[in-house]
Amino acid sequence: MSAAEMTGRVIRPAGQASRAAFAALLLRDLNVLRKNFGIFAARTLIQPFLLVFVFLYVFPQIGEGIGGSARGGLGAFATVLVAGVVGLSIMFQGIQAVALPLANEFGYTKEIEDRVLAPLPVSLVAIGKVVAGAVQGLIAALIVFPIASVVHAVGVHPDLSIDWPVLVTLIPISCIMTSGLGLILGTRISPRNISVMFGFIVLPMTFLGGTYYPWTTLSAIKLGPVPWLQSLVCLNPLIYVTEGFRAALTTAPHMPLYVIYPVMLSFCALFLVLGCRGFRQRVIG
Amino acid sequence: MEDAASPEQVISCEKLSKTYQNRIVAVDRLDLTVFKGEILGLLGPNGAGKTTTVGMLTTLVVPTSGKASVAGLDVVAHPEMVKQIIGVVSQVNNLDRALTVWENLYYHGLFFGMSAKASRRAADRLLVEFRLQDRARADVNTISGGMARRLQVARALLHGPSVLFLDEPTAGLDPQTRLTLWEILRDLHSQRQTILLTTHYMEEADSVCDRLAIMDHGHMLALDTPTKLKESAGADSVITIASEGSIDELEQMVRRSLGEMAQIRRVDGHLQLNVRATTGVVPKLLAAAEDAGLSISDLNVSKPTLETVFIKLTGKELHD
Repeated sequence: MSAAEMTGRVIRPAGQASRAAFAALLLRDLNVLRKNFGIFAARTLIQPFLLVFVFLYVFPQIGEGIGGSARGGLGAFATVLVAGVVGLSIMFQGIQAVALPLANEFGYTKEIEDRVLAPLPVSLVAIGKVVAGAVQGLIAALIVFPIASVVHAVGVHPDLSIDWPVLVTLIPISCIMTSGLGLILGTRISPRNISVMFGFIVLPMTFLGGTYYPWTTLSAIKLGPVPWLQSLVCLNPLIYVTEGFRAALTTAPHMPLYVIYPVMLSFCALFLVLGCRGFRQRVIG
Repeated sequence: MEDAASPEQVISCEKLSKTYQNRIVAVDRLDLTVFKGEILGLLGPNGAGKTTTVGMLTTLVVPTSGKASVAGLDVVAHPEMVKQIIGVVSQVNNLDRALTVWENLYYHGLFFGMSAKASRRAADRLLVEFRLQDRARADVNTISGGMARRLQVARALLHGPSVLFLDEPTAGLDPQTRLTLWEILRDLHSQRQTILLTTHYMEEADSVCDRLAIMDHGHMLALDTPTKLKESAGADSVITIASEGSIDELEQMVRRSLGEMAQIRRVDGHLQLNVRATTGVVPKLLAAAEDAGLSISDLNVSKPTLETVFIKLTGKELHD
């Protein structure tokens, strides 16, 4: 007697069941996003808004010369900051949309269990989280870009020139990479250690991620003949995002695209493989 | 040709074993069959291997060796197919905190490939059946523990599983809610829903389950109906007796007066006597105690319970 006869219901092939379940998982995440869109928008906006407000509105008014007036003054700094702010916002979505909820679902509420018991491979549940996180990163980028390019003191203007092919390819790659990083953090960090994650991972990544300065200018910081800081920050995935946006949005000098793309794609693959493995280890005994 | 008389196997385990990385043998060569329409209980203390067994059958724990199948589908080879025909109620409240009561049901249906319409209907129907319809729009964080457990059961049933797994379904619930849940399980049983549950409550095992597998340290020690298990205790009555003085003196006194009539066991500072015939035993004991100058502080006569069976099998009590 076949399984279907025994159970009196049709058991669908694994592939078909997995596709339906994967789509339903995304639908669930999008529904949650829709319900909480106000909070999502607010938490997306607050950081870039403050950054832009302080650096491009307050500082010019109080006469603080930030951004190296020698190389074109505040307008040039505004240009640097637009790319940094968009990159940073995408990275924070990876943390907030993937890492924080996962850490809680694994650590406290165990609510991931019902989704893991849906008829699809466990790794696809993890991939679903990344895709939903990437969608949030994408929306965040769309929300943040106008602020970064609009809110300034009188007389301060970023010099933007959009390279569409680069922008259109870079945004999804950045979103998937940072959500993949969120997956790794969410599966490895217990809810108790979230403050540690912010202190020792998120904060250094932010400050050493080319948000406030272009990577090319770091060549000036040397120990003997070695531009040590410029080399060191290459370990930081965020630097490729901010440099990539610098290439996509401005005419300012930036890291070469033939470096940015392969490195980002490698990070994507690495994060997804490690993240899915970590996810499986947490779920399957 | 289907033989109408032979009961259908829904779950089958052959020498199913799990050893964790820390070398703890959680389940050791378990052979078990669950038939269609029965409620089978895994009874045992914490650490007996009940949850690991459920974990293996629900694809969340990978067996170290042996075989397990649900509706003829191997749980290791076909997890995505097995998951379609099982419903699982976990020990803890694992409801989706970001969704409402109704949405928890609706999205569960979508995960299992139901159409939006079918899932909506099933969600509406189950909310009424489980008397949760007044809280349909409520945030799941705001409902009581009993409601949350009912919602978990409703959710596990939504996609029409062939077998429902319940891991310690009434742990942490108040007595009233526990009775309500037993009522739900009996209703499901009358609809021929196959159920495998784990419990460490004797009363729950006795009153809800058709058959019981008694487990300890990863081994199955006995498998039978609650009635047959209690008969197997080999006693008509169980007498517990305690005295003010030393337990050694008490035991000597009991041996002198009852001899071969009773099996004697020390359990937590008192003696447990399994006796074949009750008539005359208590007066005899009391007379012997008076002769020996022992002051009896506790004396109780009862029918054998599953506790008696458990003590006979393991030599220890099954604590809550």
